[in-house]
Amino acid sequence: MQFVSRHNKNKSVTVGKAVDRYPHQLQLYTDPPTDNISLREFEDFAVERLKVLKAVETVGVRHVKGSKDYNEALTKEFRTLNVQGIMKSITSRHRQPPDETELLERRKDHISHFILRLAYCRSEELRRWFIAQEVDLFRSRFVLESKDSIYKFLKLNNLDYQPISEQEKKDNLSELQAASPRSSSITDYYKVPFTEVLDLVKSRKVYLRSGFAYVPDNELIVIIISVFRSKLSRALAVTCRSLPQLEEDDRLLPMLSGLSKRYLGQDYTNKKALSGNITVEMIDGLSKTSFPLCMQQLHQAFRQNHHLRHWGRMQYGLFLKGIGLSLDEALRFWRTEFLKKMDPDKFDKSYSYTIRHNYGKEGKRTDYTPYSCIKVITTNTPAVGDHHGCPFRHTDPELLKQRLQSQMMSKDVVDEIISLCKTSHYQLACGRYFDWSHKSDTKFNPNHPNQYFEESQHFLSGDRMSQNDKADTQSSQNNVKIVQSQTFSQKSVSTPPPDQTRDEFDFDEDTDIEMQNTEIPEL
Amino acid sequence: MATTRDYDSSSLPDLLPLYYKRLFPYGPYYKWLNYGGVPKTYFTHREFSFTLKDDIYIRYQSFTDQQELEKEIQKKCPYKIDIGAIFSHKPKDHKTVKAAAFQAQEKELVFDIDMTDYDDVRNCCSDANICKKCWPLMIFAVKILDRALREDFGFDHLLWIYSGRRGIHCWVCDEEARKLSQNARTAVAEYLSIVKGGDSQVRKVILNEGNYHPSISKAIEIIRSSFKNYAVKLQDFLGDDVKLNKVLQLIPDEGFRKDVADALEKMDDVRQNSSARWTAIVALTEAVKTKGEYRKCHSVVEEIMLQYCYPRLDVNVSTGVNHLLKSPFCVHPKTGRVCVTIDPDDIESFDPFAVPTISQLCDELNQSEVGNEDSGKKRTKDYRQTSLKGPVLVFDGFLKKLEATWKGRLIQQSDLKREF
Repeated sequence: MQFVSRHNKNKSVTVGKAVDRYPHQLQLYTDPPTDNISLREFEDFAVERLKVLKAVETVGVRHVKGSKDYNEALTKEFRTLNVQGIMKSITSRHRQPPDETELLERRKDHISHFILRLAYCRSEELRRWFIAQEVDLFRSRFVLESKDSIYKFLKLNNLDYQPISEQEKKDNLSELQAASPRSSSITDYYKVPFTEVLDLVKSRKVYLRSGFAYVPDNELIVIIISVFRSKLSRALAVTCRSLPQLEEDDRLLPMLSGLSKRYLGQDYTNKKALSGNITVEMIDGLSKTSFPLCMQQLHQAFRQNHHLRHWGRMQYGLFLKGIGLSLDEALRFWRTEFLKKMDPDKFDKSYSYTIRHNYGKEGKRTDYTPYSCIKVITTNTPAVGDHHGCPFRHTDPELLKQRLQSQMMSKDVVDEIISLCKTSHYQLACGRYFDWSHKSDTKFNPNHPNQYFEESQHFLSGDRMSQNDKADTQSSQNNVKIVQSQTFSQKSVSTPPPDQTRDEFDFDEDTDIEMQNTEIPEL
Repeated sequence: MATTRDYDSSSLPDLLPLYYKRLFPYGPYYKWLNYGGVPKTYFTHREFSFTLKDDIYIRYQSFTDQQELEKEIQKKCPYKIDIGAIFSHKPKDHKTVKAAAFQAQEKELVFDIDMTDYDDVRNCCSDANICKKCWPLMIFAVKILDRALREDFGFDHLLWIYSGRRGIHCWVCDEEARKLSQNARTAVAEYLSIVKGGDSQVRKVILNEGNYHPSISKAIEIIRSSFKNYAVKLQDFLGDDVKLNKVLQLIPDEGFRKDVADALEKMDDVRQNSSARWTAIVALTEAVKTKGEYRKCHSVVEEIMLQYCYPRLDVNVSTGVNHLLKSPFCVHPKTGRVCVTIDPDDIESFDPFAVPTISQLCDELNQSEVGNEDSGKKRTKDYRQTSLKGPVLVFDGFLKKLEATWKGRLIQQSDLKREF
């Protein structure tokens, strides 16, 4: 036991040890805790951390990250939840040496983080969510630190970065400034291998030369974040692999799986009850009444062109599976349409495989999950000839306007939706579209195309028991209020995580084949 | 001879055995994929996939050495060979290890550029067809990517391949590139992608005001140098009102768009052609800029050039470590053309229509045999006596540089072991 609980009488000894263990209020969570803690404490810590991460998520959706509003809202949110310890004001943190309460906070920060690692390491979706929130939390805490404190933190964690020399800076000044518009002549630049600042590379925010990125000092945080992210992602992969050992412990596992279910909402994997309820003949009608815009778009394109490209087939096919189209019906659906353009032989050879694959009947036999809004918005950006993606995200505002108007939408609503899209609130835009098309005022906030469909069906059949209500009843026993919305705006995720679930291939001629194994992704 | 030059896809099953027996450059091919045996498992743990007749597809092939590779290829005569990743275990044993343990570890960083992705900006062909009027798009792509990969990312060993029909591939073979994570591959591919959006997005290139990123500036320079020749002369991209309208749609500011449209309409009939129209658009933009209304039109000209010419990557191919890509020196079953190496420094003179077909090569082989029967000269490799010679020489040049990277390494390794 490295740190003794608050009941220990010999406080000075405890504090001394704890300072060694937690020398800084920020940590990269490198070493797991070795304390003994009670089950009760275990659960309390976990729930508190969850509250924190949930708050981070909610605030991140409403405000631009890093803005003044954002920080204020976050602090406020933490205060209402009574978890402000995680982000104390700077003054109270710089008492040297840190007092006992502070050290207890650090310990809680440490332990609770590791508990959630256990709960959130088990699937890609969970890991992605956990990493996104932890990274945001770390970032908002990091920017509150003073220069000295940051310097101390870097030293403690062996992150030793040296700025480039004045000469080198002078030689490349025009390129450096062109690449990072916010920099000036007094900006210091750090030269690091480009693989350490992938986010900046991806968005072309740094000057690259011979494999090195020249990072201006105002972006230093990106380097730190990237270290944080890659460490966490790797650690989660390792945790996931060693999780089976925990299975012997029947106290923790149920609790852990309960924890991870709380914040992700339904994933529409096992909708067994629904399967078989929908037939091909119903699709045309349903597409007009209950499909979200993205699926309407795919459906129309499919009827028009008698063909959809790979990601379109994936997004639409899995959605149809999610609403209850059985495999046989699905094959009939795709086949009828495709045959208008190609001979049956080619369809059977090249396309029926992927459809069967989606239903877990081929290849590695995974029953694939319908894509959530986040996935549709962040991954697989549509290219020429594609019709998939989120219409609110991947359509020119002008064109979107036209399309909405052609559905007889009034100008006010169109403008409202367009302005939501422009501020990257694609899901809110979709919710607005829902309310308009259902002539309702549900303020429904979709986070999954299948949820949209179900909500619409509920609404049309007059059954107002929505997903949210159901979720609430489930959760009340845990004393944590569960909000199911996992709204997403473009700003809130800096790296769209890679898509790992592909294990199918596109047989379009000349297209090269991609197949992925089950591997634990580095997010 | 002239008759066999015309490739007929039904003859493929007859020609492939000869091609794989006598013409496929196994030596250099193995030398490349073995990477000097550093580390030793590099070749043996590499996945190959074969596509056989009637689209029968076999994955997870692997071979212990060049002999086994040759033997298997000659036995199966695949219509297509794909190269995959280097795995943690021998791919052919993948069923004997746990799925979670069998993981793709390394692979060249690859890029795939396909002419179909340019359909909205090509006026000559569509789908899988290419012609001399649109091929310059591939020249732009090679020049721009080759520069960026070398100068920005510091990669030295780029293998450029013609895909046999309508596109090109690039294999980045530097050790650092082979070790890149999926995330890093995504980042590189994103860095190199400027044209974005599907059919619902008309304006696919959006540049920021002010200075462009150095990488974009350099790409613009490359495009500018032959934009007139390509877009104006070959594509006639403003030749009629439909084409013109497509370009005008790319101007974001409505007022300015209207001004340009009006000005162009007022021009004399004789000047209603691509050349004069383009000159007018450029001039109008400059004029508005000098008037101080910079915001209206800051990147109009550049955005148009990029949208029409900037390379369009198939990003999915690049991001996955595990993604398969057609191997160099395969034969494209539809065209019969061999996937040959391209010298990026001489890309201007590369002619996709002059790439040898399998029937042409087999024919040349027969011819040379007739000539060589009497001379008792030492036999050179068969492929060096045919039109495959040029591409293999380019491949040799690439290998020679690559070899230098592992020469020292082997000695180092054996020194470490303290063996003799």
